[in-house]
Parts: sequence; C-alpha cells; structure tokens
Amino acid sequence: MRLLGRRATTALGAASLVALAVLVYLGLWASPPDVNQSDGVRLLYLHVPSAWLAYLAFFVTAISSALYLWPRTRSVVWDLVAGASAEIGVMFTALTLVLGSLWGRPVWGVWWAWDARLVTTAVMFFLYLGYLALRRIPGGAEVRGKRCAIAALIAFIDVPIVHFSVNWWRTLHQEGSIFNDEMKAHIHGLMAFTLVWGVIAFTVLYVYLLSRRYRLAAIEEQMEEREIDRAIAERIERDTPVLEAGARP
Amino acid sequence: MNVFQEAAIVAGKDLRIEARSRVTMTQILPFGGVVLLLFAFALDQKKILRQVAPGLFWVCVLLAALLAVSRSFSIEQQNGARDGLRLSGLDGAAVFLGKAGAIGAELLVLELVLGIGVVVLYGIAPASIGVLLLTAVAATVSVAATGTLYGVLAAGLRVRETLVPLLLLPVVAPVLFGATRAFELALHLHPHSHASDAWPWVGMLSLFAVIYASAGTLAFGTLLEES
Repeated sequence: MRLLGRRATTALGAASLVALAVLVYLGLWASPPDVNQSDGVRLLYLHVPSAWLAYLAFFVTAISSALYLWPRTRSVVWDLVAGASAEIGVMFTALTLVLGSLWGRPVWGVWWAWDARLVTTAVMFFLYLGYLALRRIPGGAEVRGKRCAIAALIAFIDVPIVHFSVNWWRTLHQEGSIFNDEMKAHIHGLMAFTLVWGVIAFTVLYVYLLSRRYRLAAIEEQMEEREIDRAIAERIERDTPVLEAGARP
Repeated sequence: MNVFQEAAIVAGKDLRIEARSRVTMTQILPFGGVVLLLFAFALDQKKILRQVAPGLFWVCVLLAALLAVSRSFSIEQQNGARDGLRLSGLDGAAVFLGKAGAIGAELLVLELVLGIGVVVLYGIAPASIGVLLLTAVAATVSVAATGTLYGVLAAGLRVRETLVPLLLLPVVAPVLFGATRAFELALHLHPHSHASDAWPWVGMLSLFAVIYASAGTLAFGTLLEES
C-alpha cells in the first residue's frame, strides 16, 4: 500500500519544504544577478530543476513500465508507480514550458522559439497527456496495465527521436551549463550551487509526491475492489431468500 | 507459411474489404482533398502556399491516416472479426505487418492523389522524383506502423475515435519534420538548397520506419491477445 513508510514520507515532505525554502532564499536573495540576464536568471533556478524532474519522472515511468511488462517482475505496484510518476512528470513539463516561456521573453525577446529542446518538451507534454488519457480508461487490471506500459515505452522511445529530428534545425538554445567541463568559466559559484540545490530540492519533492500519489492510487484501486465485493455480496444477499423460498415445498 | 505470407493474407483481406466497400475511395480520399482546399482558402496566397506546400501535404496525410487507422480497426469490430483474427492461428507479428501494409498501401494511393492536387492547386513543379518517392515510402511505413500499433491499443475502447489522434499525432511528429524537410529540399523550395541535401532526411526517415515497425512487430501480438 505504501512505497515508503509513513514516517519516511512525512520526513520527506518536511525535507522538501525546507529545501524549497532554502532554494527561495538562494535564488531570490543570496545569488547575484546575471551579467546579461540580470534578475531574469532567477527563473532558471526553477526552470532547470523542473525540466530535470520532468525527465526523471518519465524515466521512472519507462523503467516501471518495462518492469511491469517483464513477466518475472510483473506487479500492480509497477503499474501504479508508472502512472503516478507520469502524472508528476506532465505537471512539471507544463511548469517547465511556462517558466521557460516567461524567461525567454526578456532574455531571448520571444515567448517561444522553434528550437530542439522546446519542441521536444512540447511534444513530450502531449505524448504523456495521451498516456494519462489512456490510463483513465477503465478495464481489467492486467489488460489496462499492459496497454499503458506499452504506450509508456513507445512515448519514451519517441522523446529522443523527436529531439534528434528537431535538432537538425538550427538550435538557439543555451548549451548545458551544469554538466560542462568549463563550468567555472561560465557561471558564478553561488549561481551554480543554487542550480544544483534546486535540482536536489526538486528531486526530494519528486520522491515525496510520488510516494503520496502512489498511495492515493493504491487506495483507489483497493476501493474499487471493495465496491465490487460489496456489490457481489449485496446481490447474493438479495437473491438468497428468493432461492430459499423457491426451494420450500 | 512464413510471417510474410501470413501478413499478405491479412493485408489482402483488408484491401479486399476496402475494394468492395470503397470507404477509402469515397470518403478518406475526398477528405484529404477537402483539407488541401481548406489550406488554400486559409492561406490564400500562391507564394506562401508554394513555400509551405510540403508541410501542408504531410499534415493532410497524417489527418487522413487517422481515418484510415480508425477504419482499419472498425472493420474488425463487427461480427466478432477480432476474435476470428485471434483464433486464426496467424502470428501476431504477421497480423501487424498485414494490417500496417494495408494501411500503408491505402496511404500511398492517397499521397499520389494529394500529390497531384498539390501540383495543380499550389503550383508546385515536381522535381527529384526518386527522393520524393523514397521519402513517401519511408514516412508512410512509419505512419502506418505506429498507426496500427495505436489502433490495436485502443481497439474495443469506447473512446477510440478521440484517443487515437491524441496518442498518434505526437508520436509521428518526427516523421512530419523529416518528410517535410526532405520534400522542401527535393522540390527546391528554398534558395541555395540542393536536392542532394534531402538524402540525410531520407536516411533518418528510413531509420524511424525500422524503429517503429520493429516496436510494432514486438508489441502487437500481446495487445491483440489482451484487448
């Protein structure tokens, strides 16, 4: 029923709250404004971590789906984890797009650019919206699980394909700053730290959200089963006296 | 009987049904034509139309492909045809290849007719026919393979008609990019472009076709059994 213990989940919730508070302080007050982007850079402390979180969430969805499809590890747990993770991923993909757009307006001068990473993220958003729509369709647990797992894997394979195909258009996106060898040459120490801190804070938040969402899904599943059991029991109760009455001479 | 012979049986069945019911000829083809006309009304300038013709052409093909996929699985809906298909003993991969093949063949006919429409209505002069043909074949294989896979995934669901477009269109977005760019280059629609620049795009589309077709061949059997 639970991915993590009750205490662990509460602790994670508290930890993510503290980590986000620290991120707010680092991002808004402690870190200096950028030479070119001035205060606009502060949006990136949310934009980059949410993009990271979206990709992480979809990665977890893909792994869980693969584990569900593999007969030896098939368990409803993986199906529920995949769904929970995808939901979080879609939310943070939307957040990434909105924040990126808000940031792009002052820095690039446009709300939207037809650049590889933007297009990939937008297509990814729709891919997983479709996946969530597919998940909402009722059906036998195993049939639904397999159907959704296959759809999740196709979506996951498609993301790099989209990226690769759009990448051939000229790209104006910034080069990755964090995983760059000459990081220190580009980026102020505290700015880099804030960015890394944001990624950590969002990762903790992700684990917390995943744990909560999983529990909710598991409870929903259980409730459905109970409803069915209750309906069957009711039916039997209603039919029994009739049978007995019929059986009497 | 090997997989390809079995696939030919399934494709033959689907195409025979289409030949007799004429739904593709009398509904899907005219639909493509109408969309082509609507684009012309909406853009209303021959110069713009000429420049964006490849993109419009492929959007049109994708929209028509949605109908073709929907049609391909609605014929299995009646008279317990899907159970028949499951009980026929045909390999899942063969059923996939057959159904995708039939959809692909219909789409190629559609593309030919739409292509003529684009030449006549948008004032495009055909050039580098070889590149155009290879692009069309590779893109069609990709679209037909993904369409068939999502078709069976949603088969039997009440929301099939609305779900398949949402699932299918984002997945085939790379095909749209690639095919549009290849057509633009092949037709010399941009100054300083050479038809030979289209070959990398054709290669990329072929790679997509292989990936999508393999994914479909692997997953289709399970989905057909379970749905």
